[in-house]
Amino acid sequence: MSAKVLIADDEQNILISLEFLMKREGYQVSVAHDGQEAVDAVAKDKPNLMLLDAMMPKKTGFEVCQEIRSNPDNADIIILMLTAKGRDTDMAKGIALGANAYMVKPFSTKELAQKVRELLSAGA
Amino acid sequence: MRKTDWRIIAGTAIVGVVCLIWLFVSGGLIWAALEENERAATVAAIGPRIALLFLMWAASLIAVWVILGYLVRYFMTAPARLLENAQVLLGTDVKRKLVPDGSPENKKLTELINQLVDQREDLRAAMDQRVQEASRNTELEKNRLAALMSELTQSVVVCNLDGRILLYNNRARTQFRALSKAPAVAGGAELIGLGRSIYSVFDRKLVAHALENIQHRLQRGAATPSAQFVTTTQAGQLLRVQMTPVRAVKMPAEGSDEAPTQTNELTGFVLMLDNITRDFEDDSEKDRVLYSLTEGSRAAIANAQAAVEVLEYPDLETDMRERLLSVVRDEIHGLGKRIEEMQASSANTLRSRWPLEEMLGADLIEAAIRRIEATLSVKASTDNVDTSIWLKVESFSLLQALVHLAGKLQTECQVETVQLRLQTSSGQRACLDMLWSPLGEGTKAVLGWEMEQIKVGTETMSLTVQDVLTRHSGDSWVEREAETGRTFFRLLLPLAAPQEELSADMFLRSESRPEYYDFDLFKSSEHSRSLDDSLLTELTYTVFDTEATGLNPAGGDETIQIGAVRIVNNKLLHHEFFEQLIDPKRPIPPETIPIHGITPEMVKGKPTIESVLPAFHSFAQETILVAHNAAFDMRCFQVKEQATGVVFDHPVLDTLLLSAVVHPNQESHRLEAIAERFNVTIIGRHTAMGDAIVTAEIFMKLIPLLAEKGIRTLGEARAAAQKTFYARLKY
Repeated sequence: MSAKVLIADDEQNILISLEFLMKREGYQVSVAHDGQEAVDAVAKDKPNLMLLDAMMPKKTGFEVCQEIRSNPDNADIIILMLTAKGRDTDMAKGIALGANAYMVKPFSTKELAQKVRELLSAGA
Repeated sequence: MRKTDWRIIAGTAIVGVVCLIWLFVSGGLIWAALEENERAATVAAIGPRIALLFLMWAASLIAVWVILGYLVRYFMTAPARLLENAQVLLGTDVKRKLVPDGSPENKKLTELINQLVDQREDLRAAMDQRVQEASRNTELEKNRLAALMSELTQSVVVCNLDGRILLYNNRARTQFRALSKAPAVAGGAELIGLGRSIYSVFDRKLVAHALENIQHRLQRGAATPSAQFVTTTQAGQLLRVQMTPVRAVKMPAEGSDEAPTQTNELTGFVLMLDNITRDFEDDSEKDRVLYSLTEGSRAAIANAQAAVEVLEYPDLETDMRERLLSVVRDEIHGLGKRIEEMQASSANTLRSRWPLEEMLGADLIEAAIRRIEATLSVKASTDNVDTSIWLKVESFSLLQALVHLAGKLQTECQVETVQLRLQTSSGQRACLDMLWSPLGEGTKAVLGWEMEQIKVGTETMSLTVQDVLTRHSGDSWVEREAETGRTFFRLLLPLAAPQEELSADMFLRSESRPEYYDFDLFKSSEHSRSLDDSLLTELTYTVFDTEATGLNPAGGDETIQIGAVRIVNNKLLHHEFFEQLIDPKRPIPPETIPIHGITPEMVKGKPTIESVLPAFHSFAQETILVAHNAAFDMRCFQVKEQATGVVFDHPVLDTLLLSAVVHPNQESHRLEAIAERFNVTIIGRHTAMGDAIVTAEIFMKLIPLLAEKGIRTLGEARAAAQKTFYARLKY
């Protein structure tokens, strides 16, 4: 069975590409448009991997990350944070709060796909 | 005629009596030895000539008188006179030669005394000359310092430990003008002035914190400790303040050649102020532009890049291709618009960047522990502190943030002990962790605390923990340690390059104060006595006068001018004054114009009493108010309490009443009459400023006269004034 990927980003313009990309990679893709939606989606149908944007309305990616990790059942969800915040403090914060990897926008889609493959194979 | 010396009379009488006794005794003996016929012959021979015998006796007495007189003058009066003259020479500064007189010994003694007097005069002259030289040097040094200070482009304020201003330069004065809340009225004179408290400008706690930092570094042996802080003033200006301590000087033992050395004891501090409001705004605007260019563009470029990369897939459906192309168009359009906006934008939303200070991490941890334990009943200790770490921090707000977090832990999670840890994270930043062992569920309860406003004790700052970390380009979060089960707040802070703490003795010589700096300014310290027990000579006064449209403040007469000067340390400070015309918002009766000389045109457009009285109130803060017939002026202010919101509850002294205390028998205690009595020149009588100066000069002459009557303290002066006849008149 293919892996389930949840993409959480408030920008429609990147969702189009990411959704296409992940589907093409053969994953089951679902989408969330803000932080709260992302938390709800995880509760409803636990994904194997999340692409999580750091800056979202309602709940930031950091808050979503912390909330998901506070439930031990969710420990095996792989979280890949995508963010426009390029400062090292943001990166340190993301990793500290439970993200498995952190990618700074803009990124190459090939690298992203590669990273997702790596993370899933390592986690599986 | 000179009075006859009793000693001569007594001496002569004694000689006369002795002669008489000798005459009678020898006569009696001879009489007893004579035969009967011989006795008759003797009586016959001497009897008729007995008067001659007594005459001879009297004559010899005169001789005795004269000789005795000469002897007394020679041996007794001359030394006595010498004694008196010498006493005069000893007791006074009279310089004169004594005329030798009397016996040779006495004459020699006189000459010796003359020589001693000469020697004394020479010594005195030499000493005078040295004192004059010394004071000329001091004066020169003072002038040099004053010139140097006024040339400085930075403002300098010197304070003693109580925060009283002892010295300030011109630049500081203009700077404080910008800080004044009432620049048009008081022009900063209510903030800066000799003897005023610096705490009316800066938060006392900020200054205390900086002092504590310096003290701490001094004790650790740092050679040139100084502290820096940034603060906003009431007028909304941003000031960067550099504080340098003024240390006590230890005088070397008498006779040794060593130079005076500095001790670690603080006696005051020098503040160098920079108004960085403008720089800061510019910086912030640059920051904002940069931020919006980098972070804002990242997302857009990411969107476009992802879309372009997907577009490269050959098997794309037309619909999808169209959507992706529109994404690219959309983002590129958005980026173009952003750059246009940026060019046109002016600074509105500002992100703060505060100047940071380099500090040894271990010092910060130690300060935090002290602060937490002093403020809260929480035990704080260290846990693995890397002592080699130097931080770049703004320690005041950072410590407040730590105390806030510890306080929240105590009140909301019943945490009793916290540990502080400091280490580096991958060499880029420092991690300051506050650890605790949670009683119940892990991190849930503390989520979001960093977004709350910082509270320390009863005080709430306008900042959140997150704001404080933003100032440091840092961040914070809550984390749980899997191994120990402990939870911690992690604060990411910027690192500074490690510094050598130079030891004090290496620098002591070269670092000792430049020569021109030897004012003895730091002696005056706050006396803990209450105001009433304070000596009149030691208090600070605001002497003022007002002009009004009439004499009935309750009936609608308005103040149209206030003038005031300050007396500090028994000196009238002419340059620290307050002078303001006031628009009375009513006509000025034409018949009063000749008295005060203020025409309606002069007050047109001037500030109203609502803004002038608060400014005057600040000008007069922490001083004693002095006025001539103060009851009238105080009544004018009282009538305006509602409108202005300020209450003048200062102690008040009235020169009219004090004059009546000193000269109860004088008919008039009008200002002119007293001025004439004291020979005070009247300048510009009936302008508020002119009268205030005259009143001040009179007041300063009254102080010593009151002291002669045993009235030395404020309390005694007020009590005495109350008792005078004039005080019983109701206004």
